[in-house]
Amino acid sequence: MGIHRGHRARPFEWLAEKTIFLVSLSTILVVFLIFLFVAREALPVFLGRMSSALIQPAIPVAEIDRHPAKELCKYLGLTPEQFAKMDRETLKELLQVKIEAQEEIPSEFRSDPDALANTTLWHYLLRPHQWTGYTKPSFIWQPVGQIKKYNLIPLFVGSLKTTLVGLLFSVPLAIGAAIYVSQLARPRVREIVKPAIEMLAGIPSVVVGFFALLVMASVLQSLLRYETRLNAFVAGLALGFAVIPLVFSIAEDALTSVPRSYTQAALALGASRWQTAWQIVLPAALPGVFAATMLGFGRAIGETMIVLMVCSASVLSWSVFDSARSITTTIAAEMAEAVSGDAHYRILFMLGALLFAATFFSNLIADLVIHRLKRRLEGKA
Amino acid sequence: MMKKSILLGLALLCATASFAGNITVKGSDTLVILAQKWAEVYMSKNPQVKIQVSGGGSGVGFAALQNRATDLADASRKIKATEVAECLKAFGKRPTEYKVALDGLSVYVNDSNPVKELSLDQLLAIFTGKVRNWKEVGGSDSPITVYSRENSSGTYEFFKEHVLKGKDFAASAQTMPGTAALLQAVSKDKGGIGYGGAAYGKGARALLLKKDAAAPAIEPSEENVIKGLYPIWRYLYVYVNPDLDKGEIAAYLNWIRSDDGQSAVKQVGYFPLPSHLREK
Repeated sequence: MGIHRGHRARPFEWLAEKTIFLVSLSTILVVFLIFLFVAREALPVFLGRMSSALIQPAIPVAEIDRHPAKELCKYLGLTPEQFAKMDRETLKELLQVKIEAQEEIPSEFRSDPDALANTTLWHYLLRPHQWTGYTKPSFIWQPVGQIKKYNLIPLFVGSLKTTLVGLLFSVPLAIGAAIYVSQLARPRVREIVKPAIEMLAGIPSVVVGFFALLVMASVLQSLLRYETRLNAFVAGLALGFAVIPLVFSIAEDALTSVPRSYTQAALALGASRWQTAWQIVLPAALPGVFAATMLGFGRAIGETMIVLMVCSASVLSWSVFDSARSITTTIAAEMAEAVSGDAHYRILFMLGALLFAATFFSNLIADLVIHRLKRRLEGKA
Repeated sequence: MMKKSILLGLALLCATASFAGNITVKGSDTLVILAQKWAEVYMSKNPQVKIQVSGGGSGVGFAALQNRATDLADASRKIKATEVAECLKAFGKRPTEYKVALDGLSVYVNDSNPVKELSLDQLLAIFTGKVRNWKEVGGSDSPITVYSRENSSGTYEFFKEHVLKGKDFAASAQTMPGTAALLQAVSKDKGGIGYGGAAYGKGARALLLKKDAAAPAIEPSEENVIKGLYPIWRYLYVYVNPDLDKGEIAAYLNWIRSDDGQSAVKQVGYFPLPSHLREK
């Protein structure tokens, strides 16, 4: 017994190290699997293999024997195994239901040219289309009804709008607070302010949403006198409350970890505390502050509950005082009711995949920028 | 200690799962309150039966019915052909449909709104966004804010099919996650208008409705809904896999449609089925 020496790790340490390694490996694997799952569910839409046309040719029940098994499988949406297990009566019943589905269509839609359109094609998803009853080509998200309109543009704009308002509101505040707390505040004040701001992170987003829905919306409307009570502006501000503590704590860490010697050197050369904070410490901590902002972006664009509670009209408008429907709201609100495997379901998964890609690339870009900034600050580039 | 309690919990779980008189009910959020009321009353009379009720939406109920994750599926709309097809694929039979109650859909406005009644055509124009100011329908000169339900709700689909005649809601319509949230919003918004089940009619005022401009304005009262005078009403349904429609479940379904079960309907604000509509 006694002191262990040499380079051999103790068995416990070895075990702990390997466990941590496995955990981190499984995290990567899980992220990859989630993406794979989401992308697989969305694949038929990406490849243009879905059809959402309202009017489809029906096979009369009596003609059941004239069609090869493969064709019937495709028509009824059955896998070959399901088809093999199915008895003839059930098969006939299925054909009958298919015909009933066509009979359910109200007569005014039978002559509608849009009833023949496959609205899951990229053209309908991304470009304006003049639907029957509309006076001009428009971007419409109305996924439930006879003719299903899946235009994604209002959702993209909605997500960007609320996120941008949230970031414009929260990032300057959070970074300002971080500079104050880490550089200017007296220790006594710092001990109160820092935990107070970080406590904001402990408020569940559903509570923030509730507060915004009932209180903020009314107060802001009476102050600013805009028309729509629940709009992207209110949602953005509420999002800001969720983003502030995150950006604040990371930025504050980055600012605090700037070596003391920088500050001391600046003060010794006669700079004021403000000048030191703004011109010496902030530039030195810039990579960390930038990372905080990017993480704030990821948090804001992925936040669901606040936006869902505050605003959700799928109107296409860049005005922040109009409503907006974000991608996350759409997925959360509609997934429960989407029929598994149909066009609406797959398009919701596609939105999920796009959101995943957006946050992935924003993180990637942030990483690259931070790397470059760090090298520049260290005088290597 | 921890392990023991987990084991105990698992044992309990297995015990309840295999319990004979266990009925699970899932589906429409509109029906959740009513289904819970039924379950409560029925369980107090038949202590050997356990009934578990959960919501999620009519479509969620149908999905659970297909996966055999629930015995009964509550729905605020008729089952769709695609959902029947899924049931056929899953258990080879069409689910049995029971009408269990009536619901009059109310249209709500803010208490301070001078408008007292609207015709169905006016409703269509307001909810599709053609009419955007209250003065066009006899109110004061103020903009209309349209509140709607999330498109996952059976109420949304019903309103779209029957009041909007399949036309789209105005893109500027705010969708609210529930009737309670919708009423909350309408009660805070002077220009607001929204729709919802009669069971929630508190906090804002329900409008009287007219079939057309010449028809009398009808209040969404029990009498008017049962007689079919009020223009927007619907059945509420329970669906069941016919293979399961026996024993405890069949007894429960019969009780729901008996006078005893139907008296609970009134207590939560929906309307009981008149006896000639209670098919066997």
